[in-house]
Amino acid sequence: MSLTDLTLARAREGLRKKEFSARELTEAHLAAIEALNPQLNAFVTVTHELAGAAADDADRALARGEGGALAGIPLAIKDLFCTEGVRTTAASRILENFVPPYESTVTAKLKASGAVFLGKTNLDEFAMGSSNMTSAFGAVTNPWQRGGDPAALVPGGSSGGSAASVAARLALAATGTDTGGSIRQPAAFCGIAGIKPTYGRCSRYGIIAFASSLDQAGPMARTVEDCAILLGAMAGFDPKDSTSADRPVPDFAAACGRGISGLRIGVPLEYAAPGVSGEIAALWERGRAWLRAAGAELVEISLPHTKQALPTYYIVAPAEASSNLARYDGVRFGRREEGGDLTELYEATRAAGFGDEVKRRILIGTYVLSAGYYDAYYLRAQKIRTLILRDFQRAFETCDAILTPTAPTAAFAQGEKMDDPVTMYLNDIYTVPASLAGLPAISVPAGLDPEGLPLGLQVIGRPFDEETVFAVADKIEKAAGFSALPALRAGA
Amino acid sequence: MSYTIDGKTGPWELVIGLEVHAQVISRAKLFSGAATVFGGAPNSQVSFIDAAFPGMLPVINRECVAQAVRTGLGLNAEIHLESRFDRKNYFYADLPAGYQISQYQHPIVGRGVIEIELADGEVRQIGITRLHLEQDAGKSLHDQHPTKSYIDLNRAGVALMEIVSEPDLRSPEEAGAYLRKLRTVLRYLGTCDGNMDEGSMRADVNVSVRKSGEPFRTRCEVKNVNSVRFVMQAIEAEARRQIAVWEEGGTVLQETRLFEPARGITRSMRNKEDAHDYRYFPDPDLLPLKLDPAWVEALRADLPELPDAKKQRFMAEYGLPAYDAGVLVAEQASADYFEAVARGREGRFAANWVIGDLFAALNRTGRTIETSPVAPGALGELLDLVADGTINGRIAKDVFEDMVESGEAPAEIVARKNLRQVTDTGAIESAVASVLAANADKVAEYKSGKEKLFGFFVGQVMKAMAGKGNPALVNDVLRRHLA
Repeated sequence: MSLTDLTLARAREGLRKKEFSARELTEAHLAAIEALNPQLNAFVTVTHELAGAAADDADRALARGEGGALAGIPLAIKDLFCTEGVRTTAASRILENFVPPYESTVTAKLKASGAVFLGKTNLDEFAMGSSNMTSAFGAVTNPWQRGGDPAALVPGGSSGGSAASVAARLALAATGTDTGGSIRQPAAFCGIAGIKPTYGRCSRYGIIAFASSLDQAGPMARTVEDCAILLGAMAGFDPKDSTSADRPVPDFAAACGRGISGLRIGVPLEYAAPGVSGEIAALWERGRAWLRAAGAELVEISLPHTKQALPTYYIVAPAEASSNLARYDGVRFGRREEGGDLTELYEATRAAGFGDEVKRRILIGTYVLSAGYYDAYYLRAQKIRTLILRDFQRAFETCDAILTPTAPTAAFAQGEKMDDPVTMYLNDIYTVPASLAGLPAISVPAGLDPEGLPLGLQVIGRPFDEETVFAVADKIEKAAGFSALPALRAGA
Repeated sequence: MSYTIDGKTGPWELVIGLEVHAQVISRAKLFSGAATVFGGAPNSQVSFIDAAFPGMLPVINRECVAQAVRTGLGLNAEIHLESRFDRKNYFYADLPAGYQISQYQHPIVGRGVIEIELADGEVRQIGITRLHLEQDAGKSLHDQHPTKSYIDLNRAGVALMEIVSEPDLRSPEEAGAYLRKLRTVLRYLGTCDGNMDEGSMRADVNVSVRKSGEPFRTRCEVKNVNSVRFVMQAIEAEARRQIAVWEEGGTVLQETRLFEPARGITRSMRNKEDAHDYRYFPDPDLLPLKLDPAWVEALRADLPELPDAKKQRFMAEYGLPAYDAGVLVAEQASADYFEAVARGREGRFAANWVIGDLFAALNRTGRTIETSPVAPGALGELLDLVADGTINGRIAKDVFEDMVESGEAPAEIVARKNLRQVTDTGAIESAVASVLAANADKVAEYKSGKEKLFGFFVGQVMKAMAGKGNPALVNDVLRRHLA
């Protein structure tokens, strides 16, 4: 088996047993990047030298019988995490040459546990998108192809570069961020696992903000267990983030092995709304059967405000974004376009620095917060958000976890769904409710559509109960026995 | 009689409310660890949070919250155990994030009251609407370069308390008294240094005028006035402008104005139409601020004695008249100085010396009470020398002037200059005898009924004794000789 095909868990074992070195493992992945990134465009920055040095550090630590939980594990980092001394762009022209003088808490924790960063992965500009088409550095290509058709598909978004790099074996695992589905939907599109933990589980310090009340970092990997291992190293209280939760980090990896016998799995009626494709409905039905077979009890639940979730999300997220992105003004850092006066400087800088989707969301956000519209849009959206949270609280009185599809379709082709932004926004229909409620939710690869593209199932848990989410996801993963491989991958 | 301004159509009343921005005394900024010292080199006290770098997050500074609570308690105001931070969005070069974190809908402190005393002794209660915490912006410097503006972010993110009064003030004098009282309270509490020159206290003034008995008319806001005197001038200038507008048949428009001290007028800054839409919304980076009631009570228990209470105590404990007590408590340092002098001595005597001789000397030498050339202990010793009869009151004034000049202890000055009071009746007898002998004509006049001349004789005797005679003994001896 090639080094790039290993799971994170297996690679960790191999490193400990000296079957191979961190240097070899890292070189194998750098070579894969070299070979495939020109096609995939998954990385916007590759840090060969830093990766080599980190791998050598890990080898020395491992040789002493030391080394943290991720010593020598090559990871891809979404280019939304600030990395000290390494360009961090948010896939935007406005930060094209921005080199942060500080490290995000999540990446600092990963470094401290010995991880090797291969580079920074592509994403939708400022994490705004579901296709990775809005990146200033060009689209990312999904390593998967429709049976026999080499047309480039989208990897999903916004963590499309991370998802594609993990699926194509350019990295053992990656970090992502999820605001309305940005980890789960690309994970589903690329046939990998990805979890958005509970809001507050991972520190947001040093992650470039999109919508602060929704943004959460999370892991993306080829197995549920790998996600659990990686999340264990990313999570934890951070006094530098006022919204981070001061509670202990459980052993997520151990939770994967928990039985689910007697566990009540909720199936929300509203997610079976007309419009769900036959193949998605069938996949969902298979998921229910697998969990029943594993001893779980399936219960119908109702989340009555599901329909309002998407419009609510597309008010709350742009509102926060419009304010969060005001700092990109050309005055202190990032791109600057000179102007005759301050207003011209702002206008020229932001016109040149931001892409269309970012501009669109800033406009929407500014609109919904303006005097005269605030009550009708922002305030009402906040009220509905509370109702959505209450829906979940009620549902969790009768169930322990919720099973849904991750996305309404498999990956679509680059250029598709581009005419009308609303069609694109519909991709988030199953992922957004858990985001608004701040709940942990994972996507697990569970099957293929008739054209051979991966599909994912989503498991949503109670706040800070990632353990149950991992346990249920692990059973789906085992039952699904997902072993299909993408067309574009290292060694293929 | 209430204050009015006479226009062509008769008297007009003023309605005034003040929004005071008071810079919180704290080592670090409201949401970052950067220092807050005034006068640092430009951009030397700026964290990545203050400069709003990507991914940076605010974390509330506990001490700033404590200062706001202390201030609220000092203003007899309700403390809100839960408050919230909002973003006030607008673009400006010295506002790095493009928004100011402030408390819009749910301030940390609610209604309170402040008592002001006017020159005629009238006491008025002025309502406080609210106090909230917010970040200061940076500073734009437009005079450093012919075409560019420079930005100094040292001040960006420093904690401010915005203290909003009810429209309860009715004259420039009341507004001045309110500001001075507020400043005194803040200084006592140690929550703001009240230094208007350095901009650590600034006022926005809301002014409207009306005829007696009318409801409120439209108000204008005069922004950023930076001294008590200018506040009073700005109010009068703005009121006169509004009166003129109304009396010419016009309508006062709600707008923001600036006061130009040099010309004594206010001018329009921006009107309602091009007012900013600040798009306030709750800051998603910060959780609601929840205070533990026990923590608030602990802060309350630790509050210093405030000026109103101290004034009452000075009147009760030292027998001071209200005016003297008021003068002494206006500054914590004066009150402390007085108490150091008065402790164990006669209070009114001590107050007269502090308010009279000491304050005059400070004025003359350009010193403050903190840098007084005469320490309270030394002044106390001087008072003791008078009280125990070592020197008389007249000589004490000279000794005090010498103390201001030389910094020497009063006893040493008395010894060096040989100023001890003469109580030897023999010496007084002989001085009296020679004065009376030299002024036989005046003695005759006195005896024929011109008793006012007694003072003349006292003066002559004291002069003959170089001022050192014991005044009571001199009087006794003179009376005996003239009888």
